Amino acid sequence: MKEKTEEEEIHKPKKHADKEPEVVIEVQDLKIGFGKNQILKGLSLKLHQGENLVVLGKSGSGKSVLIKCIVQLLLADSGSIKVLGHEMNGVKKKELEQLRMKIGFLFQSGALYDSMTVRQNLEFPLRRIRKELTNAQVAEKVKEVLTNVGLPNTSEMMPSELSGGMRKRIGLARTIITDPVILLYDEPTTGLDPITSDEISQLINTVKEKYKTSSIIITHDIECVKAVADRIIMVADGVCFKEGSLKDFETSKEPTIKSYFK
Amino acid sequence: MKEFLHDVGSVFIFILNTFKASFSTEFEFREFLKQCYQVGNKSMPLISITGLIMGLVLTIQSRPILIQFGAETMLPNMVSKSLIREMGPVITALICAGKIGSGMGAELGSMKVSEQIDAMEISSVNPMRYLIVTRVFAAILMVPLLVLYADAWGIFGCWMGINIKGDINFVLFFSQAFGSLQFMDFLPAVVKTFFFGGVIGFVGCYKGFHAGRGTESVGVAANSAVVLASFLVIVVDMIAVQITDMLI
Repeated sequence: MKEKTEEEEIHKPKKHADKEPEVVIEVQDLKIGFGKNQILKGLSLKLHQGENLVVLGKSGSGKSVLIKCIVQLLLADSGSIKVLGHEMNGVKKKELEQLRMKIGFLFQSGALYDSMTVRQNLEFPLRRIRKELTNAQVAEKVKEVLTNVGLPNTSEMMPSELSGGMRKRIGLARTIITDPVILLYDEPTTGLDPITSDEISQLINTVKEKYKTSSIIITHDIECVKAVADRIIMVADGVCFKEGSLKDFETSKEPTIKSYFK
Repeated sequence: MKEFLHDVGSVFIFILNTFKASFSTEFEFREFLKQCYQVGNKSMPLISITGLIMGLVLTIQSRPILIQFGAETMLPNMVSKSLIREMGPVITALICAGKIGSGMGAELGSMKVSEQIDAMEISSVNPMRYLIVTRVFAAILMVPLLVLYADAWGIFGCWMGINIKGDINFVLFFSQAFGSLQFMDFLPAVVKTFFFGGVIGFVGCYKGFHAGRGTESVGVAANSAVVLASFLVIVVDMIAVQITDMLI
């Protein structure tokens, strides 16, 4: 019988229970602090296959820290993070690189490389992660993702020529170009006007449907939450304050939650 | 003291990681060429003018003293020797510390602030290999070339300086300037410029790569890169001169 390669193993999410949807990310009792300031004090969550999980909370509550811990840009003080069944804390560099290839991360600012054109920005991760692709295939892929994010004619523009919304879209295009199975969005609609915010929210749903991704969306934009959430987790005081569906949150009598959904 | 030791440890780890990344099989050659262009080609106008002025001023200042001793004919040789052995390498390296060091510090600092380095890391690209190794190697290669280029302009400036009050054709000037120059005048001067390049590259990259998260830290990174790189160029020069003095 053919043995499974390490990459195949990483790609396949592990089932945790027979009837429960597959868990792609599992965070347990995560703690992290900077100096004396403890940010996360034992946060736990699960992201299931094919769902959009919104993490809601005040600024400084540790939402962005959480997703940076998931991709190991920040190292947690304690706790467990499992991505596609693989423990991230203490993971070897090679395995971490392979796991990161399965994760897309949309930064708050877009984080486009200033010195490269849009096309070069998109080609940069693709040429390194999908080395088997020919130049024609790379060009085709760039064209495809630019069309998918609604900016087909921007390939030769520099990031400085793009508006905030366009930067986010190109950032998203760069994130999905490598076909990740998990997407992490860090405040995707922050700083955008309501119309562009709505467009980005719709784009998040489109990407989910088209690329069959599972996503964690960090936000405090309620319109975005309403548009994209399959499930919501509210973070407060470094822990999971409440977890439930959009309806649960909208009908909650809890003053902290009501203040968001009024 | 604790902070100082932390900084020393951090620099040591940074240098170690750079060496480790530089021995990788996947050398970013295109980025290295781009950096060579940035460091070398874009510094040429500034280096040309500085080199020319350096030679010109040195000649104009030295001329009256040499005339006093009846040694005016020694002027081309004296100026070229000063330029090649000391003035050219040190002044060029200090200018490079200002231009290249601050440029690297500011560029990497702003990449850090705008999360571009994090984005690179998530794309499974080693930022040490892509950003640091290419820049450090470009500085190590290009600073010596810029020094030789500045020396050439300095010697041309010397010829111009002599011709302001005197009259000497270029062939005679050339033979006087290089007549008594020996290989050992060039070798230590060239060798130390590789170290100058390394210092400028490492300091600029280190300061930028370890910049804080705020926009203010970009300015701090650029400024401290210039200050530290300039200081270290002088220190390396002093060590190089001592070693040369002991060996020759």
